[in-house]
Amino acid sequence: MTDVTVFGNPAVPTKGKSLLALDERTRRRNNAEARFRLMGKIAVAIGIVALIGLLLSILSNGLSSFQQTYITLNVNLDAAVLDKAGDRKPENIAKVSTFGYAPLIEKALRDAMAQKGIAVDGMNAKAAAELISKEAPADLRRFVLADPSVIGQTHSFDLLAAGRIDGYYKGRVTMESAKLDRNTSPEQLMLADKLKEAGILTTRFNWSFFTAPDASDTRPEAAGLGIAVIGSAYMMLIVFVLSLPIGVAASIYLEEFAPQNRFTDLIEVNISNLAAVPSIVFGILGLAVLINFFGLPQSAPVVGGLVLTLMTLPTIIIATRAALKAVPPSIRDAALGVGASKMQSIFHHVLPLAMPGILTGTIIGLARALGETAPLLLIGMVAFVREYPAGPPDGFFDPASALPVQVYNWTQRGDPAFVERASGAIIVLLVFLILMNLVAIILRRRFERRW
Amino acid sequence: MMNNISTTMTTTPTKAPAMNEPKISARNVQVYYGEKHAIKDVNIDIRPRSVTAFIGPSGCGKSTFLRCINRMNDTIANCRVEGNISIDSENIYDPKVDPVQLRAKVGMVFQKPNPFPKSIYENVAYGPRIHGLARKKSELDDIVSSALQKAGLWGEVKDRLDSPGTGLSGGQQQRLCIARAVAVSPEVILMDEPCSALDPIATAKVEELIHELRENFTIVIVTHSMQQAARVSQRTAMFHLGNLVEENDTDKMFTNPDDQRTQDYIMGRFG
Amino acid sequence: MDVGFIILILAVLAALGHVVGRRRALALAAKSGVKLHSLPGYYGQTVALFTAVPAFVVLVAWLFVQPGIVESRVSGMIPDSVIPEGGARSLVMSDVRRIAGGLDAVLARDGQRGADVPIEALDFNNIRGRLAEVGVALGGDVPSEVFEAAKAFRENSRTGNLMMTVVVLAVAVVLGMLAYRRIEPELRARNISESFVKSLLLGASLVAILTTIGIVGSLIVETFEFFQRYPAQDFFFSTVWNPQFRGGSDLGILPLLWGTFYVSIISLIVAVPLGLLIAVYLSEYAGPATRGIVKPAIEVLAGIPTIVYGLFALVTVGPFLRDWLAQPLGLGTSSSSVLTAGLVMGIMIIPFVSSLSDDIINAVPQALRDGSYGLGATQSETIRQVVLPAALPGIVGAILLAASRAIGETMIVVLGAGAAAKLDLNPFEAMTTVTVKIVSQLTGDTEFGSPETLVAFALGLTLFVITLGLNVLALYIVRKYREQYE
Repeated sequence: MTDVTVFGNPAVPTKGKSLLALDERTRRRNNAEARFRLMGKIAVAIGIVALIGLLLSILSNGLSSFQQTYITLNVNLDAAVLDKAGDRKPENIAKVSTFGYAPLIEKALRDAMAQKGIAVDGMNAKAAAELISKEAPADLRRFVLADPSVIGQTHSFDLLAAGRIDGYYKGRVTMESAKLDRNTSPEQLMLADKLKEAGILTTRFNWSFFTAPDASDTRPEAAGLGIAVIGSAYMMLIVFVLSLPIGVAASIYLEEFAPQNRFTDLIEVNISNLAAVPSIVFGILGLAVLINFFGLPQSAPVVGGLVLTLMTLPTIIIATRAALKAVPPSIRDAALGVGASKMQSIFHHVLPLAMPGILTGTIIGLARALGETAPLLLIGMVAFVREYPAGPPDGFFDPASALPVQVYNWTQRGDPAFVERASGAIIVLLVFLILMNLVAIILRRRFERRW
Repeated sequence: MMNNISTTMTTTPTKAPAMNEPKISARNVQVYYGEKHAIKDVNIDIRPRSVTAFIGPSGCGKSTFLRCINRMNDTIANCRVEGNISIDSENIYDPKVDPVQLRAKVGMVFQKPNPFPKSIYENVAYGPRIHGLARKKSELDDIVSSALQKAGLWGEVKDRLDSPGTGLSGGQQQRLCIARAVAVSPEVILMDEPCSALDPIATAKVEELIHELRENFTIVIVTHSMQQAARVSQRTAMFHLGNLVEENDTDKMFTNPDDQRTQDYIMGRFG
Repeated sequence: MDVGFIILILAVLAALGHVVGRRRALALAAKSGVKLHSLPGYYGQTVALFTAVPAFVVLVAWLFVQPGIVESRVSGMIPDSVIPEGGARSLVMSDVRRIAGGLDAVLARDGQRGADVPIEALDFNNIRGRLAEVGVALGGDVPSEVFEAAKAFRENSRTGNLMMTVVVLAVAVVLGMLAYRRIEPELRARNISESFVKSLLLGASLVAILTTIGIVGSLIVETFEFFQRYPAQDFFFSTVWNPQFRGGSDLGILPLLWGTFYVSIISLIVAVPLGLLIAVYLSEYAGPATRGIVKPAIEVLAGIPTIVYGLFALVTVGPFLRDWLAQPLGLGTSSSSVLTAGLVMGIMIIPFVSSLSDDIINAVPQALRDGSYGLGATQSETIRQVVLPAALPGIVGAILLAASRAIGETMIVVLGAGAAAKLDLNPFEAMTTVTVKIVSQLTGDTEFGSPETLVAFALGLTLFVITLGLNVLALYIVRKYREQYE
């Protein structure tokens, strides 16, 4: 018998050996085990570190955008400048451009400096006035046009400081960098320090970041998210209103009514493939079909909303079908057993029970849509928009921006101050996403059912 | 040949177990799954080179106790074993014992045939490879072929060693799993209801195989079939509700049991 | 009439239909003494559905179709002589639309001021200034034909809208009345309204098919247009990508495919080992507490919008790689590079690999693990030699899905990889991808009919075919794998 050569083989190390003594091979194998386990831990650690690094990078770049430097001045709204005719007619006041307002601010700054005894060697009044944002005269003009009766009075205004001055207090601009910078000078920074000592220059929470429209390349300090927030909100509204009913209806059909045939298979295959189509392809669809073929306007939330709806539908359908599947057949049987029609059993019993799951899936789909950028670039939402869109539904057709697109937009600008704004916008976006996911988690926890 | 093997087995330095000493002995074994007390104070001696059958109604703890013998319960998260199980007088729950080394000594065959999704050859070669039993390919080939011969499968598969093990029939798969266990040349083979997923013809073959393996291995088999226990085992242990009710010679057990509960179970009054 | 207002009227009509339908059913039943077949509400529902739904469908269809018809009618009014050299009819048409919109705005503003100016009073000579007042700036001189076309466009649209209102409301009223007239106690109102609802449900699930048709149709039509103007073999086999504003561009896809491929490979080199190790660790080693924290944390990576990764690449990873690796090694000076984009994208797709592999590893039956442990294998031997080989097909599927995700990813490469199309091996060089060029060709200032714009559709079709192929293959493999263990 060949047994003996195998079972009596002296090369067999386990035979008859004491279990209490660890042999060399087992020790090596246990070391390999420990190494493998360590590799797993390292991989997990890398994943977590990447997540933390990503969030920290965004936070460290972006948190400062919630602070803004202001210069508080008493500006005399001189009637001789603003309303030469003296009749307070809006048409005439409107004729005074921002260039008319700039000297008023300049004068107010000069007065304030003189009053506090602030002066910096080698600086003229024009250079001093550059501390104030070019957006400030426009703000002043809007204030006057809104209420012409203020002309002739002296009002206290919180005027935006120029981007470089703002950056100086956020560590982005230093004395050294200012020497090389055409847009500011060390003297201006010194003056800013003195104004800060005097309490004229202050840094506070930046509300206008959330409400103001975008601003031009040279005025990062004035750029805000107002229009992007409205645009995103409009689009989310459209996505929600369209994708929830369509998604639920499609899911009910596929899950409860669809016969087993090729056509149903075709729909199913379609849905699972659409879920994996790159988002930019949906942008091409929006451009080619919605804008070029059906003639819908560019940059409009309605187009963005439709594109995102089509993109979100597969996600919602997949989640909804899972929720419907999770309702046990006994519920359906019970309803059918008391004489309800199939439609009644679904709409009266199954659907309400599946609703938390459906809503959770919808919210997660919405959150994904909210962060989507690429398709919106193609339908023209990168355009520079400063006019607030009208209220819904007309506003759906007005040009607007969207939060992630605004981020992209700002990354394409030259001034490094826009990197801060972009990161700040991402923080806002992430806060929205966290809130939406929290709602989804709470819904799931609250209504989770175990049958 | 018997002598040949017994000499290789008696190389334990401290104490050489004689033929009549138990191969496995369990003292005061308790097993808990979380709060559940699954095995209650079991004491049993299992003789070398014989077949011991564990019988009892389902959920009685016979499989749980079986899995204690090669510490397979270690892989279950909330399972806790107390007491003492020794093989050749060495406590296998001693902290110094590596379960990996233990399981090379105590092989196991499972309820459902579970060949790896590899070729027949690789299935059998897997154990020898990880334990480094062969120094070169020809040695490994020898181990594989003799293990397959031991399992009575060689004639059926020798021409298709490279085809997948999952392609065999259920009975062949289970014999492949036995060959896989045998290839590591363990001293003890545990079998957890090895025929429950097989048809009667395949069952007969496996039982015949168990009968042959008894010459070289200590075999412990869990079975829910009393006929099977009667056919293949020399000793039988009856478990009930986590207790070891009775342990006896198989012949005595099935003709004249000591315990009333065994009597009832064998007569089919419960189970 | 305003579309919102039409919808409101439809809603009111439907509600009305519901009430009268229900009442009629009850009244008829009371009079004839016959028991109603269905609950009275179903009779109302039938009337409401017949009133609102077909009219609504007509409304939506009309809204989509009318612009095209008006366009083609007005477009015919513009003689070729008006179309500027090298320009396209579509550009002139967009002027027409803008002027038409401006005319509306002028009239609306005049209406507010109480000065009711008839449309005829607006003539070609005074219109420019007036349009500028309402914020419609016209570039250059407007030929009188264009102005006339704009007026016609406006007229046509107005007539169209009026017709739409009439038709939609007529459909609502007529169908509602028919449904109302049909009511009698024996009518199987529940069955009718249920089949109606069922066909609505079917309609909703057809949206997916329509979307696919829309995508494939628009890509193919525009790609066909592109190949009319640019030879297909140059597109597929040329190694030069160099679009020019004035025509004569080289539009070879090879450098773009290479960039896409290179970035994706780097991202997979990062994500596959990490993702697999994470999946193995979480499914085989980690306790429930660790798993409960780590698994969601890793999945957060998948929920972060890609623009965030893009900014991370642009602001943090790119400069870091440039300052600490590329410049000291003398390999490049660009902060956007293949490596930047690949690394960041790798982080992004870790969760795709890890959670899919996690599912797949969990699908490997416990019996196989037991078999291996029973032979004395350690846990890592079991994983490497039994579990992973058994899960291999599924893992390959997961990797293919991740690859398709990487190939279609846009924002990370737009912000991280750069815009230079080249065939290079140095990972510290900026290169570009198919998706980056789709964005840049479609957001640029080139006019729509030019090959420089249309090439984006050919690129999109290529991208669509590649990702679709990968997905179908991956899903097929994963499905086969799951069947094996069911």
